[in-house]
Amino acid sequence: MITLYDYELSGNCYKLRLLMSFLGIDHNTVPVDFYPGREHKSEWFLKLNPLGQLPVIDDDGLILRDAQAILVYLASKYDPPGTWYPRNNPALLGEISQWLAFADGITGTASAARLHDALFYDFDIDAARAGAHRLFRILDEHLWFGEQEGRQWICSAPQPTIADIACFPYIMLSEEGGISRQDYPAIRRWCDRVKRIKGFIVMSGVFPAGPARAAA
Amino acid sequence: MTKCTDSVVLNLWHPVGAIAEAIPGAVQETVLLEERLSFAVGGDGEPIVWRSRPDLRRADQVPAADRLPAKSAYGYVWTSLGSPPAELFPIPEYAEPDRRRLNAATFGVNVSAPRAIENFLDMGHFPYVHTDILGAEPHTEVKEYDVEISVDRDEILATRCRFFQPMASTASDGGADVDYVYRVPHPYCSVLYKSSPVDESRRDVIAIFLQPVDQEHVRAHMLLCVLDENSEDKVIKRFQQTIFGQDKPILENQVPKRLPLDPRAETPIRADKSAIAYRRWLSQKGVTYGVIPAAA
Ligand SMILES: N[C@@H](CCC(=O)N[C@@H](CS)C(=O)NCC(=O)O)C(=O)O
Ligand SMILES: [Fe+2]
Repeated sequence: MITLYDYELSGNCYKLRLLMSFLGIDHNTVPVDFYPGREHKSEWFLKLNPLGQLPVIDDDGLILRDAQAILVYLASKYDPPGTWYPRNNPALLGEISQWLAFADGITGTASAARLHDALFYDFDIDAARAGAHRLFRILDEHLWFGEQEGRQWICSAPQPTIADIACFPYIMLSEEGGISRQDYPAIRRWCDRVKRIKGFIVMSGVFPAGPARAAA
Repeated sequence: MTKCTDSVVLNLWHPVGAIAEAIPGAVQETVLLEERLSFAVGGDGEPIVWRSRPDLRRADQVPAADRLPAKSAYGYVWTSLGSPPAELFPIPEYAEPDRRRLNAATFGVNVSAPRAIENFLDMGHFPYVHTDILGAEPHTEVKEYDVEISVDRDEILATRCRFFQPMASTASDGGADVDYVYRVPHPYCSVLYKSSPVDESRRDVIAIFLQPVDQEHVRAHMLLCVLDENSEDKVIKRFQQTIFGQDKPILENQVPKRLPLDPRAETPIRADKSAIAYRRWLSQKGVTYGVIPAAA
């Protein structure tokens, strides 16, 4: 059985909850008091992840950290058709890895801005917001050109991949860091498509797709 | 934005931080009503608060004359930029020994304090915002309840509130009709009482204390004072943080961010009796900070 070391308000933890929900994987949750308790810096947690970061999973003794790494692992192991992480398509795997790294960049900017505004982290807020806008602009253009070619998702596959999951949470939560998505219409349409994937679940701060909330 | 000139608000006690999160002696910086403050909690639990100054790096360097009024209450440090009353509003349940008393979290929210209070009082949003926890369709109706402005206690009291809740607290084991009482004993603080799933003669107490950073930003401090012998602290906190995390985008999307007090400014929707009483009470008190006052 998979154990997820989890904090409800963490977008990185939500990535894994999302994939496990899409794949219908059962798991246990160990809540970590990230805030205000800073339990991810406690001695017991540092033994699991010396970086002192969430998320971490333990799958029958295999301990893994880093949301993107865990997405790769879970999709490789628990998605037999391989739609979320097509193991035998080198070009697509390259693309996915590229956007997984991009997702970590979103964590470093949009998530940092949210931690600054909501949890009082001592970050350079202007730099975090500017960095997030730069990445959002790049993704928005990429998605817009994709739509012109009939591509619905971040990577060149007819179905969503783990790259979509990795980019989604901190884009959805960006407004909590004072980063508006107003100027990114293709991102807004893509967010709405992600919300309509079968098995989609929400986290605090993310609302389900609905007729009233459909992206324009 | 100009600094606060609202004497009603200047003379209130305001929360600035949780005692449980303070390292004894360590100085923390915060902002209250656009003023930079420093505070520290001594080993004896007594807080010292002052206006931040480069030459004052430790609490013991702060001359008595430069110290702001300070108080420790309900797990938080409270201070005032004016002349506060001797006592803070009472929460007698806080002293009951079998309760769990926790700071669920302090979150920064981009909203005025009165908007946050109004949302706290509104049961109508439960099924839509806290779906399957504090409400669920088709149980969306806010039933008739009573609201009074208690003159002798100078607070708003909403009673006989009832709502069907799938998961009222960490101690719940299923859906139940839950009774609520809401108090607003301070322009920026509210206390709610809801049926306890473990003792039908008592109620859980949840309070929100808003620290106005400026007119459109708060630090929201959440006090839990609940009956639950089994759940770990972090599980109880997680429940409340999940709820608050759902409210946060709703609060931050309120337009305008300050609460309009003119009765004609926003058409009251739902059974907003308590919101109407709250707005009227703020007007009567002459509160101008964090609100859009009614035209005279
Ligand atoms: N690259 C990591 C970043 C994880 C991360 O930033 N986690 C946050 C919580 S969402 C954390 O634990 N931060 C604490 C820290 O970095 O010290 C991943 O994707 O998992
Ligand atoms: Fe709420």
